[in-house]
Amino acid sequence: MLVKFSKASEVKPSEITSKAFYLDRRCFLMTAAVAGAGAAFGTIAPPVFAAQGNPRVKLSGVQKSKWTQEALGEELTDYGPITKYNNFYEFGTGKTDPSEYSQDFKTKPWSLTIDGAVEKPGVYDLEDFLKPHQLEERVYRMRCVEAWSMVIPWVGIPLSDIIKRVGIKSDAKYVAFETLLDPEQMRGQKRPVLKWPYKEGLRIDEAMNPLTIMAVGLYGEVMPNQNGAPFRLVVPWKYGFKGIKSIVRMTFQATEPPTAWNVASPREYGFYSNVNPTKNHPRWSQAKERRIGDFLKRPTLMFNGYKEEVSQMYAGMDLRKLY
Amino acid sequence: MTRETAIHWVAKPLVFASALIPLAWVAWAAVSSGLGPTGPLGANPIEYINRFLGDWTIRFLLLALAVTPVRGITGWTPLIRFRRMIGLFAFFYACMHVSSYIGLDQFFDWTEIWKDIDKRNYITVGMATFVLLAPLAATSTKGMIKRLGGKRWTRLHKLIYVAGIMACLHFYMMRKGVQLEPIIYASICAVLLGYRVAAHLKKKARAGKAENPDRAGAGAGAGHR
Repeated sequence: MLVKFSKASEVKPSEITSKAFYLDRRCFLMTAAVAGAGAAFGTIAPPVFAAQGNPRVKLSGVQKSKWTQEALGEELTDYGPITKYNNFYEFGTGKTDPSEYSQDFKTKPWSLTIDGAVEKPGVYDLEDFLKPHQLEERVYRMRCVEAWSMVIPWVGIPLSDIIKRVGIKSDAKYVAFETLLDPEQMRGQKRPVLKWPYKEGLRIDEAMNPLTIMAVGLYGEVMPNQNGAPFRLVVPWKYGFKGIKSIVRMTFQATEPPTAWNVASPREYGFYSNVNPTKNHPRWSQAKERRIGDFLKRPTLMFNGYKEEVSQMYAGMDLRKLY
Repeated sequence: MTRETAIHWVAKPLVFASALIPLAWVAWAAVSSGLGPTGPLGANPIEYINRFLGDWTIRFLLLALAVTPVRGITGWTPLIRFRRMIGLFAFFYACMHVSSYIGLDQFFDWTEIWKDIDKRNYITVGMATFVLLAPLAATSTKGMIKRLGGKRWTRLHKLIYVAGIMACLHFYMMRKGVQLEPIIYASICAVLLGYRVAAHLKKKARAGKAENPDRAGAGAGAGHR
């Protein structure tokens, strides 16, 4: 494609770029749909924002879900910002550190330990583990606790499918997640920014909620390393940091598991961390957010706009206290 | 060319122009990307601009605080001729930083801004630092030094130490978790202020040893600012 730049006063370069992405995205969505029907196409055109070193690999057999962009009615965030603006402190605290320093991160083979109160505990090879599952696309809002947001087309599987497969016991009230601990590969873990490895957790009803997915990709492609490859959690009604990345362990247990940010600063980050515009972070307001690409902030929605799907789980709870 | 003309006509304009480079770059980047998410300022240009201007405020503040120690250690006295300019650039970048917070980040939402200042400690500290710098900038002219008198002027301008500490605190409080950068800036600030404390103690010890009753002389020589 020929991209001609004119004077800044006439057309902003960003507008051109984003249109290029827009077209690229359309092209991809079509390909994805066709691929989903079983007819795999060739790869799509090399994108402007290809991650250095790591080729973008298309996922085959991705099905659409009811959580489409059309259903959400909001524009997708471009692939570029999604993969160049990340909080993944294991690779550094700067927003571009993850994309810069995760390129050599080895995600294959990947072993996933499932233990605790389950019928079928074990150490699984991730690829084998995922094989029986149907991948689907979920277009979700992502609201970071830092008051910015994106709309991301994830590819993943419902966590409930996994839970049903491994069969949890009756005392499994919570699921705890753990990120890989490997300071050699994850340079950010050499510094005590947080207590490594990163830990997260969900109540079992939250884990079973149809919105909750384990994601393995985005934009129809294999998950970029900086976005939490190869296997991460996505819980769209909670702040982004609940979406733990590069998961190696899932433990089902009776007690509420410790979570990384809560351990670091309990006053600021609670176990639930539901998106809540009425409960401010002690250091900043959560009433509004800046959608990446927008100039003006927009109001933040209760449960990030997923009230209908999730609010019943918190009936009777004081969410300003149990934040 | 005498040293005087070299400083006045070459070195000072050079320092002045260099100090504007960061602003020129970020302004160019902002305009050329139209504040879009795919330009040189990254996906969140407003956050980038705000933090960039804050970074340069702290850097100039620390540079201004470094003049006296560096001059003391190297004995290179002409350095003092640049202190006012560097200090004023610290205030200039502070103004830019506050403006970008008000005009870009909050887009003149005064209710939100007031809530921020009132409730968010790091913004309270940041705003207080800015307010603290204003009288120093306002009294930076030769005329003001004369009007205030050297002693009072010197005492007033000791506020720069407080501003330096508060700026580092503001930076540290703003970041999530225990991060390296704010700690580096705070350490530099601690060294620069520590130098003054050490110099002060040394002078006091020397004065004590000499048992010199001429105290007025020692007081007037408040060279270590």
